Amino acid sequence: MSGDRPDPREEQVRRMLDGPHPVLPPDLAARAARRGGRRLRWRRAAHRTAFWLLAALLVAALVRAGFEQPWTAEPAQVTPPLEGW
Amino acid sequence: MVSDRADHRDRLRALEFDAFVAGAGGRLLHTATLLTGEPPQPPGAYPRAERLLHAALCRTYAEWDRLHGGDPYDLARRELALRFAREARRHQRPRGGLLERLTPVERLVLVLRMYEEVGEEQTAALLGLPGDRVRAVCARAVAALRSAGRGRTAPPAGGRTAGAGRRGAA
Repeated sequence: MSGDRPDPREEQVRRMLDGPHPVLPPDLAARAARRGGRRLRWRRAAHRTAFWLLAALLVAALVRAGFEQPWTAEPAQVTPPLEGW
Repeated sequence: MVSDRADHRDRLRALEFDAFVAGAGGRLLHTATLLTGEPPQPPGAYPRAERLLHAALCRTYAEWDRLHGGDPYDLARRELALRFAREARRHQRPRGGLLERLTPVERLVLVLRMYEEVGEEQTAALLGLPGDRVRAVCARAVAALRSAGRGRTAPPAGGRTAGAGRRGAA
């Protein structure tokens, strides 16, 4: 990435940045897991709701199509003209 | 049962997440303190960096199942960087940390490139900047930090001894 030879200026900056790690607050992981879990559950619930909503819509559309049968030809409303007798 | 399996997965995720935070949390918090540029305000605590890290770890936990063998550290670092970039205006004021003289973008690029050793193209893609701009910002930050360090001549931990002279240069 930065080539073969390390730039001495960059090395100096790296040393400046590289300090001792601060101590993590003991409850940070637990708090993050709790809030992340809440977000996860909420997202899952939203996905589930959306899925079932779409499924219900699909079923309703199919049932309606079964009753209406839009693929059959409409019955003729007008008698065809009688010709040639 | 489906719920048994979900419970099991929840417990497994919690265990893996705890192990991840125990291992990588200190380093991530150090990255966050470099970004926020704050000294330990109540001694030993970095409230802004901890808030930033907490938010990033929440996202990491929520995305944990979608990692599929990817590196959670990359994800957490990405969340940290993007969140910091989004709220950069709140971190403009110098607070006395090591990188207080740099602008938020300079701090972000410098920390990603020099401390986290993220490649130039990856940094550019992550921040949505052109690659040569990343290079320029990084070079500027390195120069500013070196000149500040020379003026200070103290170990980098000592915060507010240098005067607030050179802010316009960045």
